[in-house]
Amino acid sequence: MSLEVIGISVLWLFLYGYLIVASIDFGAGFFAYYARVSKREHIMSKLISRYLSPVWEVTNVFFVFFFVGLVGFFPDTAYYYGTALLLPGSVAIILIAIRGSFYAFGNYGSKDNTVYLFLYGATGLLIPAALSTSLTISEGGYLEETSEGVVFLAGELFTSPYSWSVVALAIVSVLFISAAFLTYYADRAEDVDSRAIMRKFALWWSAPTIGASLLVFAGLRDHNVEHFRRALDLWWMFGLSLLFFLIAAFLIYSGKRYGTAFIMVMLQFFFAFFGYGASHLPYILYPYITIEGSVVNETMGTALVIVFILGLCLLIPSLYLLMRLFLFDADYVKGKK
Amino acid sequence: MLDLDGVTLTRLLTAATLMFHVIFATIGVGIPVMIAIAEFLGIKKNDPHYLLLARRWARGFTITVAVGVVTGTAIGLQLSLLWPSFMQLAGQVIALPLFMETFAFFFEAIFLGIYLYTWDRFKNRWLHWLLNIPIVIGATLSGFFITTVNAFMNTPQGFDLLDGEAVNIDPLAAMFNPATPTKVFHVLTSSYMTSALILAAIAAFMILKKKGSFTYHKKALKLTMIAGLIFTAGTALAGDLSAKFLAKEQPEKLAAAEWHFETESNADLIVFGTIDENNEISNEIRIPGALSFLAGNSFDTEVIGLNEFPEEERPPLWVHYAFDLMVSIGMYSLFIAGIFVLFSYIKRFNEHNKFLLMGIVASGPLAMLAVEFGWVYAEVGRQPWILRGIMTVDEAATTSTSVGIAFGLFLALYAVLGFFCVRVLLKMFRNKPAEAELEQRFPGGKL
Ligand code: HDD
Ligand code: HEM
Ligand code: HEM
Repeated sequence: MSLEVIGISVLWLFLYGYLIVASIDFGAGFFAYYARVSKREHIMSKLISRYLSPVWEVTNVFFVFFFVGLVGFFPDTAYYYGTALLLPGSVAIILIAIRGSFYAFGNYGSKDNTVYLFLYGATGLLIPAALSTSLTISEGGYLEETSEGVVFLAGELFTSPYSWSVVALAIVSVLFISAAFLTYYADRAEDVDSRAIMRKFALWWSAPTIGASLLVFAGLRDHNVEHFRRALDLWWMFGLSLLFFLIAAFLIYSGKRYGTAFIMVMLQFFFAFFGYGASHLPYILYPYITIEGSVVNETMGTALVIVFILGLCLLIPSLYLLMRLFLFDADYVKGKK
Repeated sequence: MLDLDGVTLTRLLTAATLMFHVIFATIGVGIPVMIAIAEFLGIKKNDPHYLLLARRWARGFTITVAVGVVTGTAIGLQLSLLWPSFMQLAGQVIALPLFMETFAFFFEAIFLGIYLYTWDRFKNRWLHWLLNIPIVIGATLSGFFITTVNAFMNTPQGFDLLDGEAVNIDPLAAMFNPATPTKVFHVLTSSYMTSALILAAIAAFMILKKKGSFTYHKKALKLTMIAGLIFTAGTALAGDLSAKFLAKEQPEKLAAAEWHFETESNADLIVFGTIDENNEISNEIRIPGALSFLAGNSFDTEVIGLNEFPEEERPPLWVHYAFDLMVSIGMYSLFIAGIFVLFSYIKRFNEHNKFLLMGIVASGPLAMLAVEFGWVYAEVGRQPWILRGIMTVDEAATTSTSVGIAFGLFLALYAVLGFFCVRVLLKMFRNKPAEAELEQRFPGGKL
């Protein structure tokens, strides 16, 4: 495999990781806030906080890893995205900053502060909306290279149906992934009340994820036909994604094997995400940046890959330990530790 | 309204983000070491006081870590957003330590999560203590990696420039450039020092506020002051080595800080004072020959003066004050910590003397100020370069016209984060005084 393909695959894998763990976190924030205002807090908030407290920082690192790696492997992305996206990027940073810190303030500091929880819940939906627009922009048509530098065509973005369909997909996916996971977590905790609520949410948000995906496909056809054609060539990946979705929805509906159901949800998004990513290539930013044209010099690229492998040897056992202590330890999940 | 151009705004925004982040970064590197020491003593001596110290420090730490993480994420993204041309060029050469830093964060974040939620989960307390090690290593390594990037900006090497493109790249040579050893040494020791002094300041404040016997706070004070003395001495040593490094590799930075214009041996050290537009210095304290000594351990050392450099490549002269204030705070801290430790070993003196305690209370915030002065000196002293000798700040800054709005947004963000961070911390500890928690967790003082 060539350096640029290894690089982009690694990054995409981490972005997928972020997609899953961050969706759980973002959705959980929303559900926690919902539970407070609908006065069902006593049921759900303990469950959510028991899962989130030890892992939220890890979630953030997935994201940092992705963008540092992207700029490392493909330095040109820094130039194009950097120049054009100062304002939207700043807004996203500010949302992330508010979310992370107010989570800590609320969780470790003032436990019953509704304002903190509101900031935490609202940003959980705004951040995926903001971040997903960078994928929209990568389809081309929203940046223009002029003699003054790269310019962001904000008007185009805000009036584009494609862009809004991506935002819709991002938000419903977050709620669906999160609900599917929390159903499983509540099940492990033998917390029947929370499980019932989360299961209802999961079912409620399941159909919209498919509806929104179809909208995105339709939007893509109008916006970037080339990409749409390449996506059709990979139809089997999207087909598998749909299949896993159906299994997941069936399992949750019939109220059994929530763990398997969540794995099915992960597979659903895995195939959709990689199908999308693979058909996006060779472009990182259409039509300015391709992976071949922007990859870092070979010495640095090789060094990054070596460091990556060594890093994984360190991380995988550590992540395993974290999961064993907080996810798979039945006593902890049930709140007995 | 001030009329600020894009480059100035970009610099101001970078400066604001870094100066805010570095408060939390310094604490983030240093506090884990202090927690590890306290927990070690607690287990070793079977002393609930130290165990409680570790626990309470760790609890406050969760808040500052959160702000550190989010402001760090902001810098990481802002580097690309504000300095796109710099990242496009420098990324080819220096991406390696930036990438390794994310692994260090990752490692630290995982074990911090485990550490904070497993206080009572292991029968053997040493197992919980062991979790400190990856946290300390992760925090120190992330400080190390990011500092190598900053060192690279001061003494870039490990590549050749061919038509504005970097070629013949050697990532390890770039990382281990001439500025790396002294910078890493100084940044790490000053972080440890500042964290120890801030914790000491809190303990001293508590003893001052409530009279009487406070075994818990007195133990905390003694522990943090001994650590503070050692780390302050290390910081001063590292600072001295940094000055020697500058004299050799980046003489214009040292010369700007010392208002040293003519290249000469037996050069005087100028402390404080004022300078006019003709570079006439007045009101200064002049220490004969001391600059030569600082630069090379001998009065005969020739120190290169600013006149050797073209006017437009000289750093602003006001960095002199930042440098002098940093060094003065270093000396002050060495003095205070030295006196305290001395008094606590000589029975005749009372180390809990009111004035000494007040001096200690001051040393915490002062140390943090010294960190800020140090960075201001190190960064502004590199001007006009972003990559010394290769790319200037003007060439590197973004061409975007929205920097002004972004600057306003971020200032508001830092104000909000700063305000709530302090508020939450105060509330957290006021609601649960140490004495009450001690009784609750360790009834009758037993483990
Ligand atoms: C001397 C130490 C030091 C210095 C000079 C810096 N940082 Fe920092 N940074 C830390 C020490 C640190 C830390 C102590 O390791 C933090 C604070 C809290 C934490 O968990 O890590 C951190 C957090 C932190 C994070 C969040 C990581 C996460 O999600 O866990 C990022 C992305 C950065 N930093 C990036 C930077 C960049 C790009 C810098 C300079 C240009 C920088 N830091 C200067
Ligand atoms: C690759 C990383 C870095 C970049 C691109 C960078 C760039 C810059 C630039 C261009 C300035 C503006 C200088 C001026 O206003 O005169 C600045 C200032 C500053 N930087 Fe760096 N720097 C980096 C690393 C660091 C690190 C690691 C720190 C420590 C946390 C740091 C601390 C500071 C401080 C405190 C200032 C404020 C100086 C002032 O008041 O103007 N920098 N940086
Ligand atoms: C006691 C005598 C001290 C001396 C002689 C000294 C000397 C120096 C020098 C020469 C530099 C510039 C290095 C460079 O740009 O490469 C520097 C930077 C710095 N100083 Fe100090 N310093 C002292 C004390 C302190 C103290 C007490 C602190 C904080 C607690 C501190 C924090 C810093 C920081 C954070 C930097 C920027 C990082 C760096 O460039 O190394 N220094 N110091």
